[in-house]
Amino acid sequence: MPVPSVEARAKEAHKKKALYGTDVDLESYESEAKPHEKVQDAEELPSVVKKAALDVGVKLDKESSGAYVQMDQTPVIAKSLYDGVEIMDMASALKKYDYLQDYWWKLVAPDADKYTADVAQSPPAGYFIRAKKGMKTVFPVKSCLYLGSTNLNQRVHNVIIAEKGSELHVITGCTTPAHVQRGLHVGVSEFFIQKNAKISFTMIHSWGKEVEVRPRTGITIAEGGSLSNNYICLRPVKTLQTFPTATLAGRGAVASFNTVIYSSMGNIDVGSNVNLNAPDTSAESISRVVSVGGEVIARGRMTGTVPGARAHLECVGLLLSEKGRIYSIPELDGRSKDLDMSHEAAVGRISEEELEYLMARGLSSEEATSVIVRGFLDVEIKGLPEELKQEIRNITQREDLKGA
Amino acid sequence: MLEIVDLSVSIGGKQVLNGVNLRIGPGETHALFGPNGTGKTTLLNAIAGIPRYVVESGRIMFKGQDITRMSMDQRARLGIGMAFQRPPAIRGLKLKDLIKIINPKADGPTILKELDFEPFANRDVNRGFSGGEVKRSEMVQLLAQQPDFVMLDEPDSGVDLENIKLIGEAINQLTEKDTRPSKRTKSGLLITHFGHILEYMKADRAHVMLNGSIVCSGNPKEILDQIKKSGYEGCVACLCPA
Repeated sequence: MPVPSVEARAKEAHKKKALYGTDVDLESYESEAKPHEKVQDAEELPSVVKKAALDVGVKLDKESSGAYVQMDQTPVIAKSLYDGVEIMDMASALKKYDYLQDYWWKLVAPDADKYTADVAQSPPAGYFIRAKKGMKTVFPVKSCLYLGSTNLNQRVHNVIIAEKGSELHVITGCTTPAHVQRGLHVGVSEFFIQKNAKISFTMIHSWGKEVEVRPRTGITIAEGGSLSNNYICLRPVKTLQTFPTATLAGRGAVASFNTVIYSSMGNIDVGSNVNLNAPDTSAESISRVVSVGGEVIARGRMTGTVPGARAHLECVGLLLSEKGRIYSIPELDGRSKDLDMSHEAAVGRISEEELEYLMARGLSSEEATSVIVRGFLDVEIKGLPEELKQEIRNITQREDLKGA
Repeated sequence: MLEIVDLSVSIGGKQVLNGVNLRIGPGETHALFGPNGTGKTTLLNAIAGIPRYVVESGRIMFKGQDITRMSMDQRARLGIGMAFQRPPAIRGLKLKDLIKIINPKADGPTILKELDFEPFANRDVNRGFSGGEVKRSEMVQLLAQQPDFVMLDEPDSGVDLENIKLIGEAINQLTEKDTRPSKRTKSGLLITHFGHILEYMKADRAHVMLNGSIVCSGNPKEILDQIKKSGYEGCVACLCPA
């Protein structure tokens, strides 16, 4: 029997609800967006876009390996500033490279749910980033996915390939300007980390109170490869659900997920899913959630299938309001002997002892709460260039994060 | 500086302090002795204003103001500082950042150097610190805070000999022992079990606490010698017979 095409599979699944998260009525969003003008240089972008990008840690300057900016459905710039990295918009990349068919929809199923199906049935838009064999970049590739039209269903499909022995840092900011009342962002991402390659991927989200978000991410890591995946969402959002899945397919592959959430409203369902399928692989997932309102479900799943795999999950939540809920679900699935898998989960309030300690030094109760909350969100992320670490710190240490 | 009048304090409904009276003048440093569980830490915590420590009667006067109902941070800003016996660790808060938060004008690098504590500047406050390191972390923070009245809850417990000297010097600095007595304005109150710290710092007066009351006061050395010789109760019977 012939294998059904991506299109056929997507068509079948166009009503299929996702396993997690609230159900989004796709029909209530518009799928057509007015095209935007392309630019040659990030400097020429509209100032409202540059400002929004900056707000999600994406400083579009010379200190990067390249840039990709998508406004609504239009890739307005896709430019590499460094020989070691290729950056293209997805539609052009698919035309240029036949081999991309071997990567396209291979880590995320087009019929996984109605969101992936919807992306599969739309013209491709998104970035293609390729770190060339053995090439190591220090400056990150900076990308911004900008949802600027009210009621739009923004669909994105990205592919990243880190070829053998390469090193790539990507920072992606996804954001809406304040005037966008309502919107949907669906982003499919497929990352291929080849032998001894290394990717750090940092995603910062800043959405509006009526925006729904459904990222769909699949990652495969070959022998000796490593991934550091960082996800930060500190601004209000209506609903958000994501459960990126990484497969450690080669000996010694390493994955680390860091998730930082500050929730004040809405429904946020986030986590990470790692399959440890090769010897000597290790994975770590750390999530820090602060809720002053809204519901946060923090998931973590690790499945170990071979001896010698090591996995650790850590879900810690601070619940600072009667109106909030933090539901922590750490799951460990051991399917082999000689595994080392562990988790720690805790949900609670700010310790009185810590508050009193800081107040004894002269901080008011509000100041002490804010210091503790910011400290809590300051996850120590390993393996990032210093500059990127500082940018992430700037985001998580903003003054406007307070207790309830 | 500090005057405590007939202070009774309870924790969780259980009375711990019974009518404590204590007066510490400007420039004076006092030591507080007493067996475990007698209320020494309770007295310090009540002066600091930790809400769990409920003042049932009596009052706490500081710099001429009644601070009995004041919040902890107000008291701290008025000039009260405390080195905790077992302070909590604070995740994600680096010691050097806390120094700046406590006092933006403090000379962090010099303070850290004085306590031989530079390698801890970038560590989370008290996280994974040993007993002795915690004590030095407390002194660093107090040197940044520069309180007018400093309380030290067992600053010498768990500290090795070399570091006891550093801590003693820090206490002398906090209580201006390098200044002529008539010029001193800063005061202190410290709890110590074995008095080791007193070999490195100067205390002007000592008190013995038994069952939630101060029952004897006098010269620190005399009192400590008596306690070593005949125990707390023996000391009281000898020096301060009822």
